[in-house]
Formats: sequence, C-alpha cells, structure tokens
Amino acid sequence: MSRRVLGPFNRVEGDLELSLDAEDGVVTAARVNSPLYRGFEQILEGKTPTDALVIVPRICGICSVSQSVAAASALADAAGVETPPNGQRATSLMLATENLADHLTHFYLFFMPDFARDAYRESTWFDPVHARFKAVSGSAVADVLPARAQFMQMLGMLAGKWPHTLSVQPGGSARAVSASERVRMVSLIRSFRAWLERYLFGDALEAVSAIDSVTALWAWLDERGPVRGDFARFLDIARAQGLDRLGRCPGAERYLSYGNYVIDGGRLFARGVWDGEKTEMNGFAHEDVSEDVSHAWMAGEGARHPLSGFTLPDIDRDAAYSWCKAPRWRGAVVQCGALSRQVVDGHPLARDLVTQGGGNVLSRVVGRLLEIARVVPEMERWALGLAPGEPFCASFDMPDSAQGVGLVEAARGALGHWVVIRKGRIQRYQIIAPTTWNFSPRDAGGVPGALEQALVDTPVAEGEAMPLAVQHIVRSFDPCMVCTVH
Amino acid sequence: MSLLCAESPDVLATLAGGGLSLLWHPSLSEASGTEVVGILEACIAGTTPLDVLCVEGALLRGPHGTGRFHMLAGTGRAMIDWVSALAVRAQYTVAVGTCAAFGGVTAASLNPTDACGLQYEGDVAGGLLGRGYRSGRGLPVINVAGCPTHPGWVLETLLALALGDFTASALDALGRPRFYADQLVHHGCSRNEFYEFKASAEKASDLGCMMEHMGCKGTQAHADCNVRPWNGAGSCTSGGYPCISCTEPGFEEPGHPFFETPKVGGIPIGLPTDMPKAWFVALAALSKSATPKRVRANSTADHAVVTPAIRKTGLK
Repeated sequence: MSRRVLGPFNRVEGDLELSLDAEDGVVTAARVNSPLYRGFEQILEGKTPTDALVIVPRICGICSVSQSVAAASALADAAGVETPPNGQRATSLMLATENLADHLTHFYLFFMPDFARDAYRESTWFDPVHARFKAVSGSAVADVLPARAQFMQMLGMLAGKWPHTLSVQPGGSARAVSASERVRMVSLIRSFRAWLERYLFGDALEAVSAIDSVTALWAWLDERGPVRGDFARFLDIARAQGLDRLGRCPGAERYLSYGNYVIDGGRLFARGVWDGEKTEMNGFAHEDVSEDVSHAWMAGEGARHPLSGFTLPDIDRDAAYSWCKAPRWRGAVVQCGALSRQVVDGHPLARDLVTQGGGNVLSRVVGRLLEIARVVPEMERWALGLAPGEPFCASFDMPDSAQGVGLVEAARGALGHWVVIRKGRIQRYQIIAPTTWNFSPRDAGGVPGALEQALVDTPVAEGEAMPLAVQHIVRSFDPCMVCTVH
Repeated sequence: MSLLCAESPDVLATLAGGGLSLLWHPSLSEASGTEVVGILEACIAGTTPLDVLCVEGALLRGPHGTGRFHMLAGTGRAMIDWVSALAVRAQYTVAVGTCAAFGGVTAASLNPTDACGLQYEGDVAGGLLGRGYRSGRGLPVINVAGCPTHPGWVLETLLALALGDFTASALDALGRPRFYADQLVHHGCSRNEFYEFKASAEKASDLGCMMEHMGCKGTQAHADCNVRPWNGAGSCTSGGYPCISCTEPGFEEPGHPFFETPKVGGIPIGLPTDMPKAWFVALAALSKSATPKRVRANSTADHAVVTPAIRKTGLK
C-alpha cells in the first residue's frame, strides 16, 4: 500500500487536501481534509440577530446569496414573518441568478479545462476540446465571461451588487423593482437564454429539459454530434472516457434536497431524500440531521442536532484529520447538489441516470446543466410576475427568545442555518453547507463521507502525483471548501 | 469571485490587454497540486520573477501562532509562511479585499483564528508582514480594501502597476489606491435628494436616506461605489440597504447593530466626514422643516407614491 497527499486543488472554491491510500493501481481509502478554519459560527455568537445578514454571506464569495437566503429564512422562521409574493419572486430571482452563474462557472472554468490537459493529447476528441476549454486561453472562456457578467446585471438591479448583498431580508427584498427594471430583467434573462441555446446546448432549453432518459440523452448527442454545442462536447468525452463509471458511491445512494425557489408558498423543486437502493422517496425533517465531530479538529463528543450543536476548535484530537464535521441524515451519508435536486424533484432523466449508474461524474454534470435548462424559463415567469407598486418586504419584530431554521438549495446543494436567539442576541448559530455533506470526513462508526466513498476503486498510476481521474471526481461535486467549514 | 463580474472587457481580456499574465490563480489556472507547489517554490527561489503578489483572505496566525488554522493543502506548511516567503520576492504586494488588507470579518468578535491583514491589524500598521515591509519596488502593501472589492478597483490597480506609474503618492494613509479611496460612498448616491432634506427611511425597502435610522455610513466611507456602478448599475444604497463601510478597517465590529444608526440625544454619532457637528445639526433641523411633501411621502415608501410636479412653463 502507498499513501499520497494531494493538494492544493485548483478550480475548486477554497482549500482542499486529499489523502489517498492505493494498492494495485486503485484507491483503497480516501480521507478529505478541509485545511482552513475561520470560525464564523463563533463570530456570530452574541451578535444582534439581523447582523447575521451581514456576516454570513461573507463566508463565501461564490455562494454569497444562498448564504444570505439561508440566514434570512432562519431569521424569518424565528420571527414568524411571511414574505409577500414580490419578495418571494425577487429572492428566487437573486438565488437563481447566483446558482445558474455558479453552474456556468463550474462547467466552463472549473471542470472542463481538465480535459484540455496535455495528458489527453492522444485522445481522438482532443483537438477541438483543447481549443475550446483550455484554462484561461480557451475560446469558451472568452465566450462565457462576458455572458456571465451580463447575466449578473440581474443582481446589480435586484441586489445592489454581487457578492454580499443585504437586499435579502427576513421579510423579503429591500429592493423594490420598478416597471422599467422588470422589463430590463426579462430582457437580460432572454439574452442569457439565447447565449445558452447557442453555445451551451445548441438547442432550445425546453428540448433539453424534455430529454427523459439516458437512451434519449445519447440519441440527442448522436443527432448532431459534439459540434452541437458545449454540452454535447462534454457528453462525447463522457462516453469515450466512461465518466459514468467514475466517482460512484454505492454506499451513499441517498440524494438530499431541501427544495428550492419558494413562489406563492410552494417550491419549484421538491424537498426530500431519494433512496436510490429502495427507489423510494423520504420526507425530510430537519430533526433527522446530526453532526458528528469524531474525526474533526473540534471539541465535543458524539453527534448533535444543530440546534444543540457547537463549534469549538481543538487541534489536538487524535483521530481528527479535517476541520469539517460529519453531517448525517438519520445517521446515514447522503449526497447533495444539482443532481440530487433533479432526482428528488422526479425529473425522468435524473432518475434514470441514478438508476443506471448512481451519482457519478457524468450524472452530476448532467444534473447541473439540466437544471440550467429548467430554471431559466422559470426565471422569466418570475420576473414577469413581479408587480411594481405592490410590497416587496414585510416588517417584523424579532422576539427576545426564539429559534429558527433556514433551509435552501445553493448551487452546490443543501445549505442549512440553525439559529437560537436568547435575550435578543444570537446564542447559537450552526451552518451545514452542501460540501459539508459531500466532503464530510468519517463519522464515529468509521463510515466515510460521500467523496471519500466515491474515490475508492479509482485507478491511480504509480507516481501520478495528481491523478486526473481523482480530479474529475472531486470537481464533479463542484465543492465549495470555504462554505464547508466556514 | 467578484473579479469575474468585470465588464467590457472581461477580466481575462483586461489582464491580457495590460500585458499581465497569470502565474497562478486558484480558480482560473490549470495547474493543481505539485504543479502549483513548483510554481510557488520557483518564485521563492527567485528563478521565476514575481512581479505582483495578490493575496485574498485574512492571514490566520492561530492557534498559538502556528498558522494551523490555514494550511496550504498538500504542503504541510501554513499559509502565513508561504505568503511571508513570497512577499520577500514580490515587486509589488497587493491585498485584495478587506480581510487581506485589515483582517476584516474573519477578525470579528473575539477573532477566534487570530486573523490579521498583510500589513495591518485593523487600523494599526503591522499585521503579518510588519509595519516596515516594502515590496521590491519600495512600496508598502497596496490595500485594495472592500468586502467585496469592485472588479474595477483590482483591475485598475494591476493595470496601473503594469504601466509603471503607480507610486507611493497613489496610496492613501491606509495604503488604499486613491483613485477610488479619495471619494465617499455618498458621492453620487441615488438617495441624495432624501439626504438633502433628511427625509429618512424607517424600514427595509423604504426609499429615503438611510443615514438617520438604518445605519448607513455612506457619508463617511471611502469608496466610489455610487460613481462606479456594480454589476451594470448597482450599489449598496441603490440596492436598498445601508453602506456598512466595508472598505474601512474595523467595519466588521461597528459597536452597534449594522442596521441601526447609533445616536446620542437623537443625533447620529457618525456625522458626515468633514462636517462640523453644529453645522450638521443646524442644517438638518432646517432641511427637515423644509422637506417637500413629495420627498417626505416617498421616503417611507418602496416606490414613488408622489411624482415630481410638471411645471407648466419652460424650466428656467
């Protein structure tokens, strides 16, 4: 057996280190370390509750709005305030803009450049992929940056700026939209659609959303081949390289989604936990969540629910190898992210993908792009549904003592905030971020987290310092390490 | 990540146009793992020239001075050690964001990780590199403070460095580039008419001036946020929320709730920069008494409930 330590990982958000044990050319055990701890939960203790709206988005420069929405939801839950319809639409538009921009950033800037590496030079598909996706200099980078920046003007209007807005409030949005801004937003969304249909999909968004099985997915690719667009280029590589066999975690065939985009009291995407083994849906109750610190540099024993959890660093724990705690649902490891959202929501392609191959590099990337195709038309409906002149934000009084839970789907998956307020101050604030779930260390039972399981059996050549297969698997989760530990 | 929002031209086109190439960027470059370590070691050895070192994020000295709260993955070495070694070689050292400049939000509350900035701890010179640090070209750390930074602040700083015309006189007393730090967030604020008449917002989403009740520090905070728009046409105050002075050292601990203006005897403690208190009090009283009905009515609404009158004669 040989052990190697990998890092730093580029093109993931934040700091990531992997320790891999390998034998006979395959990974036999993996340990994931988040080597950065900043102590946001400690910083929040003792603050005025609404100060959380300032502090939590600054956990992360890429998941900023989702952190804001989670905090605002937790405070709204504590205060018992209802958001008016305009506020729900404005909030959903802000969250969707960030989530889709993040998906785009992941695909074009973080994930695809690995296929433009010299290591793939001999592959039949290489030349056009190299020209298109090469990091920094590829033609796709030049195409996507202006399109993304223009789409983010949505947040210039709705949020003042991105990242770190304070427009997201417990009672809705502090930024009322005027009639002309509503029109301008519709125009931005349609312009974004046109870009996606031209460059990413080479097809109408509705046609992509209508792909309803793995068979139909390959048929869609074969209709026009990889020249159709960037999604097709990815599918072509995925088939050639067998990316559906990479990064499976059969011990974690549970897909968590908190559900997302609250509109008129309902959610666009459903909430729940899909059990891939039993092929059945479970309801989600936050009481079923616990965090274990057995392998984290954290004080405490056993697993605690976030409302009674605490975060106190302890660098001298023997079994510890990460700052990340181990969240579990009913004691079990789950996966989260765009694929999980689509699976839980029952999209037929997503369900078929996980039925055939579980969570893997192919299905995680497809889940993300499928979500782009599904959400953009909804954004247009939300923008058209804004009613200038009607209220965007409800007032509220925060009780002196209360507790609240805010559950939201960030681009990378399930993000939860739990807050306890006593004597008008935050007594306890606990955050479980998407990558806390996906990149969790082992728990007290020694059960590895989702990525740790996904890396087992991955082929690694002797002497390969940063095996490409490992990099593909890691990035297929689109990890955000700064959120993971916060 | 705010850098990715650079518009017309985009971030990479701007850098290329300025003759700047990335040795390594954690989100954009291809290199990972040992490839990255090789690049950093070559800079430290001096075999690869390091023209500009950009650092994002606070420098974490804890626990107990070890720096173990932030290790550079795969190296077993604390980030503060890497940064210190690289800073020795850098021709220019740039702190990108308030955390890297002054400590920022990471240093809030009890500062659990013993965080500081590159050359400041709050508004006190020192930080990781020390008060006396100078980069190869003889400059202190350039503090592109802001939480977040405007992409234009970062890119224009880098372009000015590339042009070779960035000297110590281009920095203010806190090491911030003067091209954006010699202005106040108040300049160009779309709520100026409400400010003039002290017609104040009372709750989130109100259109009025946010200085009196909502904690806005735009009249004191140094930045050009309302002159240089964000993401097309945005800014904090146009986004419906107060300026929290994120370009200033110590903004993370204002000593009052962020959304409330601290007052003594009903008068805000934080008066507009350069304005004598007596004048402000007198002017505020006068302007409040002269507030037009339209301005007063709109200040506590989320849209204009009274529109400006249309004059029947030509405007004089």
